[in-house]
Amino acid sequence: MDLAISVIVGFMILGALYAIHAKDLLSSVIACGIVGYSLVICFLLLKAPDLAIVQIVVDTITLIIMVAVVLDSSREESYSKPDTQGYITAITGLLIIVILLYFFAVSIQTLDVLGKSSLRMAEYYIEGAAQKTGSANLVTGVVFDFRGYDTMGEAVVLVTAVLGVLTILRLKGKK
Amino acid sequence: MIAYIMCFILFLVGLYGVITRRNLVKIAVSLSIMEISTFLFFALIGYVDGGVAPIVDPADPVKVYVDPLPQALVLTAIVIGLATTAMLMAIIIRLYRKYKTFDIREIKNLRG
Repeated sequence: MDLAISVIVGFMILGALYAIHAKDLLSSVIACGIVGYSLVICFLLLKAPDLAIVQIVVDTITLIIMVAVVLDSSREESYSKPDTQGYITAITGLLIIVILLYFFAVSIQTLDVLGKSSLRMAEYYIEGAAQKTGSANLVTGVVFDFRGYDTMGEAVVLVTAVLGVLTILRLKGKK
Repeated sequence: MIAYIMCFILFLVGLYGVITRRNLVKIAVSLSIMEISTFLFFALIGYVDGGVAPIVDPADPVKVYVDPLPQALVLTAIVIGLATTAMLMAIIIRLYRKYKTFDIREIKNLRG
């Protein structure tokens, strides 16, 4: 399982690198779709069918939004040769990446080996959850019953985002 | 363990894109790549060898399930990620209509 996931994530990294370096913005957006749909396969391999269903829908919607934005424009990334500002950001980025690598090396030692994770937190949820919540699907039970208030907050965030998008698109800019 | 490391590399690729790119659409794409690597990391944490999807089957009660808790968290995070991406793209459309460019340096120079 470790190997299969690693191979798929390797393809995702290739897609991500192409998405970042493509000349045409449309191919960049489509390459981002490669990453999203590969994630669906990873979810299926990791035994998470609910996540796979949601990710397919969300990725399709994201792709549609991004393609709609890109098709409305000139689609080209204007190339300019690197200047001082570019070198400064590159060095800053390298520094951040080195710091993150250090913290990753520290924190990976506290993680369980893949596939051997102990369910110390989820034991309470799994034990008799079908009787407590009346839902055969444990993920649904957690989302809509044990953590129902979180889901309500999520719905509020969604409504706020939709209102924000409508407001931004309808504003008349100052001339 | 290799899967965790590959997942972290995917995160770093997204971070590299956010830091070095100058195009607003590419920055949005890089942000969603970082998001995706985080979702994958959570799903990896909850995986149990030989486990089945966390759906209770009354006919066969003694089974090993994968951890449902990270899956529930990621389920929330995916939908919130869609909301933030939609918001980001709406702001990008506004900026493009005003300045006729996606390049953040030109937008900075045109400010006034």
